[in-house]
Amino acid sequence: MNFGLIRESLPEILQGLAFTMLMWLPGAVLAVAGGLAAAILRHYGGKVIDRILQWLLGIIRGTPFLVQIFLLYYGGPFIGLDLEAPTAGLIGISLYGTAYFAEIIRGGFAAVPRGHVEAASCVGLSRFQTLRRVLLPEVALLILPASVNMLIVLMKETAILSIITVPELTATITGIASLHFAYAEGAFMLALCYWVLTELTGRAGRLLELRLQRFRLA
Amino acid sequence: MNWPTFNLLLEGAVVTAGLSAVSVLCGLVLGIAICGASLARTRGPRLFASAYVSFFRGVPLLVQLLLLYHVLPRLGLDLPGIAAAAVGLTLCTAAYQAENLRGGFLNVPAGLIEAGRMVGMTARQIMVRIRAPIALRLTLPSVINEAILILKASSLVSVVGVADLTRTAQNIASSNFRPIETFATAGALYLVLNLAVTGGGDVLGRVLGRGR
Repeated sequence: MNFGLIRESLPEILQGLAFTMLMWLPGAVLAVAGGLAAAILRHYGGKVIDRILQWLLGIIRGTPFLVQIFLLYYGGPFIGLDLEAPTAGLIGISLYGTAYFAEIIRGGFAAVPRGHVEAASCVGLSRFQTLRRVLLPEVALLILPASVNMLIVLMKETAILSIITVPELTATITGIASLHFAYAEGAFMLALCYWVLTELTGRAGRLLELRLQRFRLA
Repeated sequence: MNWPTFNLLLEGAVVTAGLSAVSVLCGLVLGIAICGASLARTRGPRLFASAYVSFFRGVPLLVQLLLLYHVLPRLGLDLPGIAAAAVGLTLCTAAYQAENLRGGFLNVPAGLIEAGRMVGMTARQIMVRIRAPIALRLTLPSVINEAILILKASSLVSVVGVADLTRTAQNIASSNFRPIETFATAGALYLVLNLAVTGGGDVLGRVLGRGR
């Protein structure tokens, strides 16, 4: 294995890594926000909105991310949506994540004991106050493990953006690898980078879970 | 979209379905072996199992497929594209299924195993008659889930040149310049396949649940 090559191309690799982060973290934040909005709409919005959202999000969860991203990137220009690859990637990741986070958060809402909501209305909290002070804090705790899992899934999905020429980690490293015919080194670096990222995220998640343990109701 | 084009997509869908089915089934077998290793009493197999699971769950499937695609030929293993794709999907899904199965085995009620011992069953009998059937039944929902995930993830084999549903759609879209309807149709076909898997899972669950 040619470690000199790896050392030489380290700046490029770091740039690719930064791009992966740029797709992943803002994408994940938007996905959580979108998922929360969708879950709240489904919870409070009445039957029609609930059904429509269920149907739309089900389509996103039922089709491959690659097909969605092709539809967005190659199909977009035909309906006047001429996006740069990174923009399309970010939108794609956010929408895909939204569908899953909506489901995770909806599950969280369903798992909050009814008694807590009733108690909140008994002491005179408004609907919004109940949401902000009772439901959301409890839901946040409940969905933490599933959310960390989803964050990792989203991080791995960003690799797919290399196919629509987003210059993230996978695109960068496979580019270097094919330039120097150094496929083994490239594969090794790729696997290592992603593995470290997932392990770090998983560990951070478990640490956070432990820290928040004390807020858990008995 | 005309009939010949739609038929091409259908052929792609058949490839996708076949590839996913083979991978999920082979992955289940391999997953059982890895799950066995992770529950072993000695340290070696346990370490191997946790390293395997950590690697295959921690690295994107696309990267794994690229790895296989570039590394296998250099090891002198010149598999046809579709076989390499099946190997890649199998190795990946085995890691997830091993973890799910492990959860199933750990959740077999201890009382049932004690009861088995009480009536004089050997360890082997307990495994075959009590632990394995119950663990499999507990794992079934996540196997169905995994089948759906693999069905969708199999779209990535288009990158290594397998003419699956996604690749076919790509080829069509680049020749008829109608990406929207082509990819939307491909997406709809994936949805249909997923619904079929979910329906099949419900039936299987009812059959397996009979002895409850």
